[in-house]
Amino acid sequence: MFRWARLWLICLSILGHSALANNYSSALNELGRTATAAELSAWDIDVRPDFVGLPSGSGSVEEGEALWLDQCANCHGDFGDSNEVFSPIVLGNITEDDIQTGRVAALTDPSVVRTTFMKVATLSTIWDYINRAMPWNAPKSLAVDEVYSLVAYLLNLAYIVDEDFVLSDKNMKDVQALMPNRNGMTEDHGLWSVTGVPDVVGSACITNCSVNTAITSFLPDYAMNAHGNLKDQMRDYGPLPGVQTAPAPQVSVSMQQSGSLDQRPDDLLSASGCKACHQMNKALVGPAFTAIRARYAGADASVYLADKIKQGGQGVWGSMPMPAMAQLDDTVVAALALWLASGQ
Amino acid sequence: MPVGVSDQEGRLRPAPESFLSEELISEISHRGVDKGRRNLLRGSFAAALAGASGLAFGDDPNIVNVPEWSRSLGKPVATNPYGQPSPFEANTVRRQSPGLTQTDQASVAFTPLQNLFGCITPSGLHFERHHQGWVDIDPRRHRLMINGLVKEPLVFTVADLLRMPSVSRMHFLECGANTALEWGNSAVPTVQYTHGMLSGSEWTGVPLPLLLERAGYDRDASYLLAEGADGSGMTRTINLAGALEDAIVAYGQNGEMLRPEQGYPLRLVVPGVQGVSWVKWLRRLEVGNKPYATKDEASHYVDLMPNGQLRQYTAIQEAKSVITAPSGGQKLLSQGYYCITGLAWSGRGSVRKVEVSVDGGRNWQGARLEGQVSSKMLTRFNFDWVWRGEPALLQSRVSDDTGYIQPQRAALVAERGTRSIYHNNAIQTWRVSPSGEVDNVQVG
Repeated sequence: MFRWARLWLICLSILGHSALANNYSSALNELGRTATAAELSAWDIDVRPDFVGLPSGSGSVEEGEALWLDQCANCHGDFGDSNEVFSPIVLGNITEDDIQTGRVAALTDPSVVRTTFMKVATLSTIWDYINRAMPWNAPKSLAVDEVYSLVAYLLNLAYIVDEDFVLSDKNMKDVQALMPNRNGMTEDHGLWSVTGVPDVVGSACITNCSVNTAITSFLPDYAMNAHGNLKDQMRDYGPLPGVQTAPAPQVSVSMQQSGSLDQRPDDLLSASGCKACHQMNKALVGPAFTAIRARYAGADASVYLADKIKQGGQGVWGSMPMPAMAQLDDTVVAALALWLASGQ
Repeated sequence: MPVGVSDQEGRLRPAPESFLSEELISEISHRGVDKGRRNLLRGSFAAALAGASGLAFGDDPNIVNVPEWSRSLGKPVATNPYGQPSPFEANTVRRQSPGLTQTDQASVAFTPLQNLFGCITPSGLHFERHHQGWVDIDPRRHRLMINGLVKEPLVFTVADLLRMPSVSRMHFLECGANTALEWGNSAVPTVQYTHGMLSGSEWTGVPLPLLLERAGYDRDASYLLAEGADGSGMTRTINLAGALEDAIVAYGQNGEMLRPEQGYPLRLVVPGVQGVSWVKWLRRLEVGNKPYATKDEASHYVDLMPNGQLRQYTAIQEAKSVITAPSGGQKLLSQGYYCITGLAWSGRGSVRKVEVSVDGGRNWQGARLEGQVSSKMLTRFNFDWVWRGEPALLQSRVSDDTGYIQPQRAALVAERGTRSIYHNNAIQTWRVSPSGEVDNVQVG
C-alpha cells in the first residue's frame, strides 16, 4: 500500500510541476550518441568560402591536366569547354578586366554562354564540389592532392593562373582574390527570409484593368509534338481530352499509284479502327486480312473494296454486318483498299 | 484532328476502333460468336453509329447489356500487394522534357498536374529532380550526423529518429526552377512541363529544433548546412532562423516511408523554400555562422539579373498559382459548363484568395478555395465557367496573407529580365480557341 501511495504522490507531483516533460526530454536525450572524431572527419568534408574545412595539400596545373584528360575530359572536353554532357566550365569569355574588377562583364550579354568560371565567385565552391561529387560516376574517389591539381588546371584554362602554377592550401586565398566574378553576387533581395521584401508585386485591379492582351508568344505548330503526342498525356475519357499532335499516319502518293505495299500498314489499320474487328491472320468479328487479300489477289478490286470500306456491307463473309467507315479520309480508304487488293 | 473527335462541335464520339471492348473481342476470338455475344455486338454497333451520326439511337449498350465486370467474379485480395492505379490511367505519369538535359541522372521528370485533383500529389507521381542520380539506401546503414557549432556532435540511426516525437504537416514542394522554361517565351506545351516541378504532400518526421537542441546548438548561429548521402553529396545553406520555425527531418510522405526518389530514408523538409534545399538522402546537418556557397548556390540556383549580378541564396518560393485544367494541350469537349480548376500556394504563408480571368487579365472574379487552406501548402481553387465557343485567355492570380499579389509576367520580366532561370512565379495564360483547343501563350 505504501508503495502505491508513494507512486501516486509522485505522479501528482509530476503533473503538478510539469516535471513530466523534463523526464521525457531527459529520456529523449538517450537517443542518438556522440559522434567520434573519425566519424566527423569522414563526413565533415565541406569547404567554406573562408576555407574553413580545407585540407592541406597541393597540386600542379600539369598534374591536373593529366588527370583531367584521364578522368574528366570525356564529359567536359579536353579544355573544359564542352557542352555535350554538362554546361561548359570555361569558354574564353573572361577578360583581364574581369579579373581586375571581379565582375564578369559578359554576364550582361545574352549571346554569351554562361560558364562556371563566369558565375562562381568563390574558389572554395570549385574545390568542394570536385572533392565531394566528381568524377561523375565515381564521386569521392579523388585524393586531396588530385583535387588541388584539377582545380589548378581549371584555373589555368580560365586564364586565372599560369601553366606552371601549383595550387595549395597556402595560396588558395591569393587565388580567391583573382576569381573573375568574385564581386558578382548580391544578397540584396527578398528571397532569403520568409519576411523578405518582394521586388515585384502584382496588381490588385479587378475590372477593366489596363493590360495588354496581345499574344506575344505561343508554340508554333511544328513544336506542338516536341514533347510527344499530347493526346496520350491527358485523361482520355474526360471533358478535356488531349490534342492530337502526332502526325496522322501518312499515305504516300507512290503507294497509291503502284497499287501495292511493301509492308503491312499496321498503323493505318489501327488508327482507322479496322483492328477492332479484323486481325491479320484469323477471323475475328470479320474475316482475316490475309483471307480478304487472298480472295481478291489478282483482281482489280481496289475500287470495289474502297466502296465496301466506305459504305459497309453484309453477306459476303457471313451475316455479321460491317459498319460504314464513312468517317475515314478518302486517301486512307484508298490506301487500305489498294493494300487489300494487292494480294499475296 | 483526333480520331473520333469532331472538329466542329468538339464533341467526342466513340472512336471506331474502340466501340468493342477488348474483353468482348477476346471472348469472341476464343469462343466464337454465339447468340448472346451477337447481341452484344449489335448493341455496340448501334452505339457507334448513334455517336457517329449525332442522333439519339437506341439505348446505351453499356446499360442494357450489363457489363462483363458485373457478370463475373472479381480478382482476389492482395492480387497487387502494393496497389496500382487503374490501367486506364496510364496517361497519368511523370515525363521528361526532351532535350532539357543531356544526362538522365542530372535531370527532371515532371508531375502530370493536368490529370490530378485536390492538393495531395500521389507519391509515385511526385516530380523527380536529381543532381547525380537517385540511390537506394539501406535504412539500417543510414546515419544522420549533427555537427558544427554544437555542444555535442551527434549521430542518429533511423531507428532513433523513428522513436522520437514526430509531427505530420502538409507542405508544398516546388523546385526553384519550376517554370524556368517560360522566362523567354512559351516553350513547352502543357502544365506538366510549365509547372510540374510542384507537389503537395503530408510530411512526417522529427521537428528540426528537437534535434538541434539535443545537440546544444549555438544560439548565435544563423546558418545550417544540409548534406545528402547521394553521390553528389548535395549541400545547401539553410536559413537557420527560418528552419527553426517549421523544418522537419522527415522520413514519412503521405503516410508511408519516403520514396527512394524523394530521399528515402531521410530528407530535410524546409516549408516555403525551394525544393533543392529539401536535401534528400539527408546524412548531415552542420550548424554554422557563415553561408557555404556550395555548387548549387554559386554556379546554379543563382538568379541572373539584367545588370549581370547574380542573386545568391534565393530561397523563398513567392506566391504563385496556375490553372491545371483546362490547360495547354487539352481540348474542350463541347460548349457549356466547365469547372476551371487549379492550384495556388505561397512560400511566405497561406493563400488568401485566388482570382480568375477569362479575358487575359482585364477582368477578374474570385474563385472558390476548396478544402482546408494551410500555410505553405497547395490550395485547390475552382471557378465556374460557361464556354460558348468564344476565344478566351484563362489566367489565375493568387494573393497571400502577407498581402503579396502574384505578378503578371511583363512586370516580373521588367524587373528581372528573362535570364534569371529561377523563381518565375508569373501569371500563366492559357488560350482557348473557338475549336476548343487550349494552348500555352504569353501576353504582352
